Amino acid sequence: MNSETLNTLNTYSKNRYKYGFVTEIDDEKPKKGLNEDTIKFISLKKNEPEWMLAWRLKAYSKWKKMKEPQWANLSFPEIDYQDIYYYSAPKGFEKKPKDLSEVDPKLIETYNKLGIPLEEQKVLAGVAVDVVFDSVSVATTYKGELEKLGIIFCSIGEAIQKHPDLIKKYLGSVIPAGDHSFSALNSAVFTDGSFVYIPEGVKCPMELSTYFRINAENTGQFERTLIIADKGSYVSYLEGCTAPKRDDNQLHAANVELIALEDAEIKYSTVQNWYPGDENGKGGIYNFVTKRGLCAGKNSKISWTQVETGSAITWKYPSCILKGDNSIGEFYSVAITNNFQQADTGTKMTHIGKNTKSKIISKGISLGKSQNTYRGEVSFLRKADKARNYTQCDSLLVGNNCGAHTVPYIDSKNNTAVIEHEASTSKINEDQLYYCRQRGLNHEEAVSLIVNGFCKQVLQELPMEFAVEAQKLVSISLEGSVG
Amino acid sequence: MFLEIKDLSVKIENKNILKSLNLNINKGEVHAIMGPNGSGKSTLANVLAGKEDYEILDGKINFKDNDLFDLNIEERAQEGMFLAFQYPVEIPGVNITPFLHSAINSKRKRMNEEEIDNLSFAKLLKSKASDLGINIDMLKRSVNTGFSGGEKKRYEILQMSILNPDLAILDETDSGLDIDALKIVTDGVNKLKTKDNSFLIITHYQKLLDYIKPDYVHVMVNGSIVKSGGSEIAAEIEKDGFQKFQ
Repeated sequence: MNSETLNTLNTYSKNRYKYGFVTEIDDEKPKKGLNEDTIKFISLKKNEPEWMLAWRLKAYSKWKKMKEPQWANLSFPEIDYQDIYYYSAPKGFEKKPKDLSEVDPKLIETYNKLGIPLEEQKVLAGVAVDVVFDSVSVATTYKGELEKLGIIFCSIGEAIQKHPDLIKKYLGSVIPAGDHSFSALNSAVFTDGSFVYIPEGVKCPMELSTYFRINAENTGQFERTLIIADKGSYVSYLEGCTAPKRDDNQLHAANVELIALEDAEIKYSTVQNWYPGDENGKGGIYNFVTKRGLCAGKNSKISWTQVETGSAITWKYPSCILKGDNSIGEFYSVAITNNFQQADTGTKMTHIGKNTKSKIISKGISLGKSQNTYRGEVSFLRKADKARNYTQCDSLLVGNNCGAHTVPYIDSKNNTAVIEHEASTSKINEDQLYYCRQRGLNHEEAVSLIVNGFCKQVLQELPMEFAVEAQKLVSISLEGSVG
Repeated sequence: MFLEIKDLSVKIENKNILKSLNLNINKGEVHAIMGPNGSGKSTLANVLAGKEDYEILDGKINFKDNDLFDLNIEERAQEGMFLAFQYPVEIPGVNITPFLHSAINSKRKRMNEEEIDNLSFAKLLKSKASDLGINIDMLKRSVNTGFSGGEKKRYEILQMSILNPDLAILDETDSGLDIDALKIVTDGVNKLKTKDNSFLIITHYQKLLDYIKPDYVHVMVNGSIVKSGGSEIAAEIEKDGFQKFQ
């Protein structure tokens, strides 16, 4: 690699994070630390029924006996769970605002800065937004229109109040509280998140979208999302995340559960842009997320698409349990790491039903001194006759100080299974850069173009409205002035 | 002077490739450089374009009143230099339309001209493509990816016609082309030629010069130009080869 390329790459390290502002709002928090009182405080603040509190406390007692999973290729100081605030809500939010005029103008300004238009008239055509600001869902747009179709799209807190039957039936049914320590933690202290129910035969006419944002300092965000697609229904859901710039590390441990019944399809897309820490590795979000989808019925389909550019640490494996015969699971991922970021991400595809199919396309891009790991597990259970998996993992290295790792596990108990696995690791190609620059593009534009091209297979899976955003985000992640 | 190369000596990995090379090109002229393999023709093209693998030992290059060595690769391109590559590289996932659109606008920005919008650019690209007999479907594919040798060369000429350079360097553009493809490519070049732009055509064979008439032909051997003249030299080479120049 020649000297100019190295210079450019070094300047990429001075990554600018343009969402790093803090909104000054009085907030209300319990004391730091995790104990039964914290959980009771959260449950009380959220005005929850007793069964919910009992559910939380049971998860907490499991968590106390558990250790964090250790298998990821990540290193970070031990998390002090007693040094974290577990609930933070802007003051005066016990009652949700009825409309936007009741929302603190500063909140609206925050979302405007983030480019999220909260006012319905400004909402991107066809996008309904459920906004989570720290722990409370602020406003849900387009609710009325969705209600006409029988679609429920609200905060999980509201669903606990209004739809206890659905919550009792499905919450924790895909990710049991005791699955691992982060799922137990989330089950004990989750504060808000989205709830979606699509009734039988309904195709949701618009993209549903949640925008998460961590604002308060030293606050863990533990959102919980539950999406249920009833028989023959369809929904596409997009989650976007940013967080302010702070020197301390913040903890984020979300749980997302998807359930697709017979002939139903759920498409879940994530654009994750949490604060990644500065060029010296200071600050940044610790992102420990459990996402799992259950293809419960025949011919159902769940598709995960993620673009991961932020967080100091990413630990995330959106997975599919393919239980229904002929069900399909897909995972499309772009993970970009820069500076001192560490990402250990991938998926788990568990084939249970007959003729189940899964497809994994993973694109990892490492810059700076970052480490980027794909970890995937594809398993075929005894009854998964004629199941198929196709896995493609490509890694792109930019510079000489970063690392890319691919750790695929395959486990087949059925000899009719067909498994294909392709993997490649390459460095950014000097000839491609030369070619682009000879046409007049500067070094940075050339890198951005090549990386975007490398990710195209995944980016094209995103809903149209967000594909452009994601492309920009990829470019921003690579950004830095050319020296 | 439009392009002036003076006493240029260049090495790569301890090997001297160009040795005190001199060449002058005026506006509106077509020059051809012919020479055997390994004589340094492609090195000259890449040194002009600014490729960074070479060490300049001595000499000067002036291009449109700029000291060429003060400009990096993209600045040279934006100033109007275009290299049609011998082996155009594949860029998977990158579509020609946004790629060339960015390229043309970076050039316009440098020239303080207004940027061209999406729609006008798409129209321009389509009309240039149909001029060159390039199927519209080819524009939907990724840059050079999965193209045949002939398709790649035609794509180079398409890019050249869009970027409309002041100096176009064609590095062995004829290699690997059959007669039909060669005709399309050379037709494209001839259509682009005006009194205001210049061409430097690098070739191994005389065949290309049956279609593009050069004003000057230079024979390059062992890193220097050993003979210059009119198109009669090309005929000489066709008949006797490079032997007598070595």
